[in-house]
Order: sequence, then C-alpha cells, then structure tokens
Amino acid sequence: MSKEPVAVVGIGQTKHVAARRDVSIAGLVREAAGRALGDAELTWADIDAVVIGKAPDFFEGVMMPELYLADALGAVGKPMLRVHTAGSVGGSTALVAANLVAARVHGTVLTVAFEKQSESNAMWGLSLPIPFQQPLLAGAGGFFAPHVRAYMRRTGAPDTVGSLVAYKDRRNALKNPYAHLHEHDITLEKVQASPMLWDPIRYSETCPSSDGACAMVLTDRSGAARAPRPPAWMLGGAMRSEPTLFAGKDAVSPQAGKDCAADVYRQAGIADPRRDIDAVEMYVPFSWYEPMWLENLGFAAEGEGWKLTESGVTELDGDLPVNMSGGVLSTNPIGASGMIRFAEAALQVRGQAGEHQVEGARRVLGHAYGGGSQFFSMWLVGSEPPD
Amino acid sequence: MPEVLKAPLAVEFPFTRSVGPVQSAFLTGLRERVVLGVKTVDGRVLVPPVEYDPVTAEEIHDLVEVAPTGTVTTWAWNDEPRRGQPLDTPFAWVLVRLDGADTALLHALDAPGPDAVHTGMRVRVRWAEACEGAITDIACFEPYDGEPAQPAGHSGQFTDAISGIVAPARLDYTYSPGRAQTAYIRALSERRTVGERCPSCRKVYVPPRGACPTCGVATSEQVEVGPRGTVTTYCIVNIKAKNLDIEVPYVYAHIALDGAGLALHGRIGGIPYDQVRMGLRVEPAWTEGARYPDHYRPTGEPDAEYDTYKELL
Amino acid sequence: MTCDIALVAFAQTDHRRTSEDLSEVEMLMPVLHDVLAQTGLKTADVGFTCSGSSDYLAGRAFSFTLALDGVGAWPPISESHVEMDGAWALYEAWTKLLTGEADTALVYAYGKSSPGSVRDVLTRQLDPYYVAPLWPDSVALAALQAQALIDAGDTDEPALAAVASRSRTDATSNSHAQLRGSVPQGDYLVRPLRTGDCPPIGDGAAAVVLAAGERARELCARPAWIRGIDHRIEAHGLGVRDLTDSPSTRLAAEKAGAFERPVDTAELHAPFTSQEVVLRKALRLDDSVRVNPSGGALAANPIMAAGLIRMGEAAARIHRGDSDRALAHATSGPCLQQNLVAVLEGDPR
Repeated sequence: MSKEPVAVVGIGQTKHVAARRDVSIAGLVREAAGRALGDAELTWADIDAVVIGKAPDFFEGVMMPELYLADALGAVGKPMLRVHTAGSVGGSTALVAANLVAARVHGTVLTVAFEKQSESNAMWGLSLPIPFQQPLLAGAGGFFAPHVRAYMRRTGAPDTVGSLVAYKDRRNALKNPYAHLHEHDITLEKVQASPMLWDPIRYSETCPSSDGACAMVLTDRSGAARAPRPPAWMLGGAMRSEPTLFAGKDAVSPQAGKDCAADVYRQAGIADPRRDIDAVEMYVPFSWYEPMWLENLGFAAEGEGWKLTESGVTELDGDLPVNMSGGVLSTNPIGASGMIRFAEAALQVRGQAGEHQVEGARRVLGHAYGGGSQFFSMWLVGSEPPD
Repeated sequence: MPEVLKAPLAVEFPFTRSVGPVQSAFLTGLRERVVLGVKTVDGRVLVPPVEYDPVTAEEIHDLVEVAPTGTVTTWAWNDEPRRGQPLDTPFAWVLVRLDGADTALLHALDAPGPDAVHTGMRVRVRWAEACEGAITDIACFEPYDGEPAQPAGHSGQFTDAISGIVAPARLDYTYSPGRAQTAYIRALSERRTVGERCPSCRKVYVPPRGACPTCGVATSEQVEVGPRGTVTTYCIVNIKAKNLDIEVPYVYAHIALDGAGLALHGRIGGIPYDQVRMGLRVEPAWTEGARYPDHYRPTGEPDAEYDTYKELL
Repeated sequence: MTCDIALVAFAQTDHRRTSEDLSEVEMLMPVLHDVLAQTGLKTADVGFTCSGSSDYLAGRAFSFTLALDGVGAWPPISESHVEMDGAWALYEAWTKLLTGEADTALVYAYGKSSPGSVRDVLTRQLDPYYVAPLWPDSVALAALQAQALIDAGDTDEPALAAVASRSRTDATSNSHAQLRGSVPQGDYLVRPLRTGDCPPIGDGAAAVVLAAGERARELCARPAWIRGIDHRIEAHGLGVRDLTDSPSTRLAAEKAGAFERPVDTAELHAPFTSQEVVLRKALRLDDSVRVNPSGGALAANPIMAAGLIRMGEAAARIHRGDSDRALAHATSGPCLQQNLVAVLEGDPR
C-alpha cells in the first residue's frame, strides 16, 4: 500500500509587520489558523490534529508555548506536536503534519508556525551570552557575509547581483498584501546606495524582523475532493541535516541542501528541475543566497546561479520566478518564514496568489533552511495529484 | 581529570507582551479594582477570562463582572516562597472560584498557617497598593467570612485600557562547557590553541566540542595548532554591534590556523581594513588578561594560494 | 505500507544529580553508541533520526544543534527535532516509518536539569499573561493537584508514601536510577507533597531504535511491537480542568487500543506520587498490573527524556521476556496537561 496523497486545502497568513501590538501570542497564531480554516471552509471540529512550529522559545520567553496555545488552536482533546529545527522549522513543521496524513494516521491536520519577535529582541534571543565563549563579533549578517564573499570568489559573480535580488524581492512584495515591507518608492539605485553593513552585504539586502504567523490545512484524497477551492498536491517532501561546523563543510553549497533537493525531485519524478519546475519560493534572508541556492538546488550549474539572477530569469515574469511573494527579504517572522515559503508555493499551484501569481504555475518548490546552513526542508507541490 | 570550568549564566529579559482585547479588559479591570470574566456561548463564566473557549475553541469576548470574593477549590501550603512569587512569607497557593464564575483562578492566599486553610473556605481579593494593570494587582487572597460581594455590572469598557504588559523574567544557570572545551580554554590561558583529533577521520577540531561531528565519536588526542593561520574569507563590519567596544569598520574573518581542520572566527587588525584579503597570513595578537586573542595581525608572509585553503572555506 | 513497527533497542545513561563534567553531547554520545551497537546499525544505515530536548532547560537557544554532533550526521541525514519530551520524537519517527519512507529510526532525548533551577524554569511553560508572572513552581502545581485528590477521597498521604516507597524499592534493580532503596518521605516541600513524593532532579539521556516489519525481526530477537500509540492535550488553565482526572490520558489509551486487552506491565510517567493515582484511574489499572518496575520518574526524572525512558523500559521488558503486553505513558505540561500512551507487545512465546 502506497502513501496517502497529501493536499493543501487551506492557507492563512497574518499581515506581517514589525510589531503586532493589538494581539496576544494566541491572537496572532489564531488569526492565521482561522484564515486557513476559512479558506478550506472547515471548522475546528474538522481538524484531527495540530502540528505547530517555531524557532527558539527564548524569542517570546515562553517555554514550549504549544501548551498555552492548545486552547487557541482548538487542540483540546486532540494530538498536538511541536517542532523546532531552527530556521527551517516552518518547512519541517509542514512536513511532519503532511506525514500524519501520508501515513493515514489522520485525515485532516492543521499546521501552524509563528514568531512574535516584538515580545523580545531577535538579536538577544539569537546571541544569549555563553560564559567562556568569544562573543560573536559581527551580528547576524556578519555570520553569513563571509560565505557570500566565498561564493563571489568561487564564481566570479559581479558585486551587483545582490542588489538585483533585493530590488526584485521588494518589488514583488508590493504585490503581496501580507508582506511586511512595502517599499513603494523602491529603486535599484536606492538599494545600491543603502549602507554596506557587513561588506559585501548592504542594508537593503537583509531581511526585516517581523511578527507573523502562517497556517495550512492538509488533508487526504477524500478531504481534497470536498475542498471548495483547488488543492495543491504534495509531490515530494524531505528534510536533511548536517553538522553545524565540520572539517570539509561547504558553507556556500551545503551537501544537505543538495541531498534534500535530490530526494524531493526523486519522489516527484523531476528529471530536470530547471525545465520541470515553474517557480520557487526559497529561503533567502540575505540577497546573495538566491544565486547560491539556485546552484545548490540544481537550477543552475555550479558557478552559474548568478547568471540566472542577472539575466532576469528569476523575475516575476521571468522563466523561473523566485520569491514571487517578496520572500524572506520582505517578511521574516523567523519560525514562520519556512512555512510561508511552503504556503506561497501552494498558493501558486492553486492559482490563488493574486497579484503575484505566476500564470500557469503547475509545479512549485518551497524551500527552507536554518542553523549554520545545516538544516534543510523542502516540498514540491503541484496542481495535479501525484501519479 | 582536572575540574571542568563553571560560571554563572543569567538569562534575563523584560518581555513586552501585547495582550489583545479580552486580556486587556481583565488586566485594566484589575487596575480599576474590578474583576471581569468572559461568558461562553453556552453561558459559562470563565475567570480569568481567556480569549478562546477551552471546550469549543470559539473566540469569546462577552465580558461580565464577577465578585472579588470566592471559594477555594484546592490549595497547597508553600513554606518557602521562591523568587518572584506573590508573597515573601509562607502562604498557600490556591485555586479560587470567584462568586459568579464557573472556573477557578490561580493565586496566593495569605493565611497564618496550613491549619487555617481548607478547600471550600471563603476568601476575597486583597488589592495591591498600587495597581498598574497586571495579575499582580491582586496582591493575594485573604480569608473572608462575610457575604459574597455584589458585582456592580461593569461593562468591561475602559477609556484608557492597557494594551500590553512588561514581563521581566530572569533565570539563573550555572554553565559548564564540558570536558573538551574546558581543556581548550585552559590552554588558551597559556596562549596556546589546542584542538582535538578525531580518531576516525584524523581531522583536528578547533575548538573541540567533544565529538567529531561527522564521525559521531569522541575526540581526545590533543593537538596544538597555529599560532599562524590563513584568512579563508571575511567581511567588513560597518555597524557597531551592541556591547562590543570595537571601532568600525573592522574585518571579521574566518581563520584556518595551521594544522586545524576548519576555520575559527576572529577580528583582523594591524592592517587597514580595505587591504585585508582572502589568503592573508596572520597570527594572534594578545592583550593582557584576555581569554581570547584580541585580534589577528599579518605575519608578513606571502599570501597563501587559493588552492591551499579552498577546502577550508 | 507496513503497520508493524517495533522498538528494537533501548539505552540510557546513569541518571545523576549533575553531569557538569560533560557537555550535552558528551553525555549523550555513549547512549547513541550503545543503542546502535545493540542493533549493529551505523548512523548511515538509519533511515530517520528524531530527537527531543528543550532550550529553556539548557539556557541556550538552538541547544539541540550541538547535540547533533554526537550522531555523526555525515553524509547528511534525514532528521527532525521536537521541543518536547523524546516520547513525542518517537511518535514522529513512528509516523515516518508508517509512510514507508524509512524502515529504521533512531530516537533520542536528553536533558540536563543541573545547570538551572528546574522548578523556576518550568514556570516559563505557563500562561505568560496571568500565571507565569506569579512564578508558581512545578511542585506547587502538583501539590494543588494532590490536595484535590485528597479532597475527592482518591488518595491520602500514607497512600502517596506507599507509591514513593514501592517505586524506590523497585528501582534497586535499576542500575541507571538516581534514587534507589530506602528514601525517607521527608518534610513537606509544598504541602501535601513531601520531598519523597517528588522526583529527583537530575541529568540524563536515552535513545531507542525503531524498525519496521522484517527489519525489526532482523535487529531484535523479540521486538516490542507498537500495537497502538496516541497522544492528546487538554486545556492549559488549571482552573478549567478537573485535576483529579486525566481525560487526555484515557482518550489516548483508548485510541492506542489499551483497553482492548489487559496489559501486564505499565510504565507511567508520573513525576509526583499523586500523578500515579490520577493515571491509574484514567488507565483503569488494577493491582494485577506491574506498575513502574523500573522505579519510574520517582527514581530518575531527566526532563525531556523521562517519557522516552518509559517507552524504552516497557520495551526492554518485552525484549527480555518479562512482559508480553505493556503500556507506556509520557506526560508534558503542568499537572499532566498532555499525555501519550503506547501499547507494546512481544510475539507469542
């Protein structure tokens, strides 16, 4: 007996902003979950289990907050799981929920991911002082900027590529009502004139810090048959991890990312991702990660990713649109960011992406990563059920 | 084996919590010395008022005033109050069902001793001297043998309702980095960098973390590396990080010490920031009393060829 | 798709008040080596890896990423982590095996309570608006539950003392246990609970290997087959719950098939003596059932691993032939808010 096909029949997000001062943590999470249920035209009673994810508990200062959130998510009397796989958690959470359906443990599962960063301060949460350890000398961008330089050295990419990505993603965000940053007066010149924070990364090439939540309703074949709107079908999904730091690690193009993508493509019968996949929502917290992941995910040969970006292939009207929603560069509630990628991929194949819809998108990849470029989660969704 | 290092670690933050409308009404009510509950669709009154019905998951917001008097439904005597708890003298933890409510609220009861407390006893709210819109506006409960107080029928509407609370939280830990890192840190105090070799793949880990992360086995053979090394990659930091007393711009680099299997991180000094390059040969520069090198400075050797360090990038 | 999945190996540390001489990975790694050696598997042979731990216990964000160093995740592995007790990591691994995407799984969990004050740390699990600001500690909440049981006539202090005594006596045959033999019931910690009613605070780690179908039979002479496993959560607020009952445990047990036939053994994750009373009632366990032969959480309670250890202890009894059908239970949250029940069986002898 093969796996049960998994369909996405409901998607909900909050309007992502720097600080949602009008709601509690429960109110934030509930808003996304309620919208996902509304999209699926289901009620709380229709949900068999809840799978929730977020990044470190220190961000909100609530240990295992799923315990407190059980009531708000209608989980009382139901199974509830809490996933934490660092930055990839939003994607991993969706995959854990999908497995419950694929394994036929449950028929319909609600999955939610969130971060309410305004309750504390992301840099505090990310860099709690540890005795005896040298303090991180450079902030979050400083952690990633040397890898970007290594990529530029390795590929000979011109230093303008990063700003092209930021300019594209911030314009895409203008077409997404849920995106955090809506910079209506954005120009390429403004991106390029923004301060160089961690050379080679400019201010406009970094992600914001957001309050936000994202939710999806996943269901089986019979659930999908009752869905009021077209479902997105999961064609493949995988997680891969490698150690944080190790001798021989390729921080520019980690093996775990390559293996994860290969597993997803195998499950989905993708022979040539560049040809067979219509668009990508990828986790790009710093603009240079777009060309880096294009190579890591097999959309371009090694050293060639930046050429796709530079030639406009990843633009919304390009041949392989990337981050149609505006991406992490425009919206970053850390624990939810991975699930937003997965959900935006599903919106595309359902034809529900509104102004940032890619016409005729039939197979779209959602991608998330976290930790020291070590945890990867991805899914490929399609407009047609798997064979 | 020499004793491992230990040090106190305080995890402390004043969390800024927005509360949403229902919790705002309750907490603002406490500030005004009014206790509010929330009515469910089937008519139960929940105190403290929650935003979502625990039974039906419905969103609820129909506020109703209840009495500041009530009945203990269970209790526990706390002889040794802990930091942050409502009273600093021995007290009873209680769940109290206020008159007019169907559920119970957790708080403290000020009573002379455990013999003075029982389930079913009548209590009333003792208000804090200064109320600010927090659960601690209820200082505690106290024994009460009068008639149930009559709620005045407050609507739950306030003109200057609070929108959030600040919830300071401090937890104290004693941190120990374990065997391998203790050895590394002790060697640093002699200005030596000592890694550990994996018995399986033979790579040298600096700093050692107790396990070879690719082989999953313990490392133990100590190997001194450096002091010289090669800048494998870097960035130029132009924004001042909080709590760091370093003038910007400066260079933050990955440095592969000679003999190490991977790069560690450090600041580059002794050279203008815009002249730092991949392949630059460097050595540590120490300051008195510091645990780590203050920075790494050029040795004057010719740059390393890219091919010699590209595997360490 | 096969539905026959079993626990085929179990390992744990000796649980100690402190293991400050070891980092988390240094504490965990020998357990991983032990459990893999029991099956002859290497990391690269394992189809899926899942772990449970808590940043708040460690006092550091992303603490689980360093524990991964002990696994040897190279080449990269299919891996996940829950910020929950390892019993829920086992549940996630079980669903993964059910999909057929893997036929073996490594599940581990670890917790070091020694660095912090665990009674204070656990207050951070509570409603952050109404309850956490009062810092009610885990013993206080359990004591409220115990008093409710006494008021309801479900137990009394001598009965609680008997649970404590039986657990620590049973633990004499468990070399990993932290509290063994004759342990005084002691003074009230938070009345009505005495020190003897409370679990020891300590550090420890545990790991199990799951395998599906024939693979399980290859790896273990007598696999502990998971006949059912389910978990349920209750409302968070203590004041809206009946603290003398555990409907979530009962429902999980029903869904796991626990009531279809009697079990001979039950490993209950009851950190406080009074919670065993609640669980016995919810699970309808009578005196014919051997409860917590390992000594249970009253003998060793490494937070985040203690639930997984219940799964492992129950399975180990089946492996050894001491049990044919065992129930294993794990809990999370204040006063048994969330509960997981698994029913394990050995092949007929």
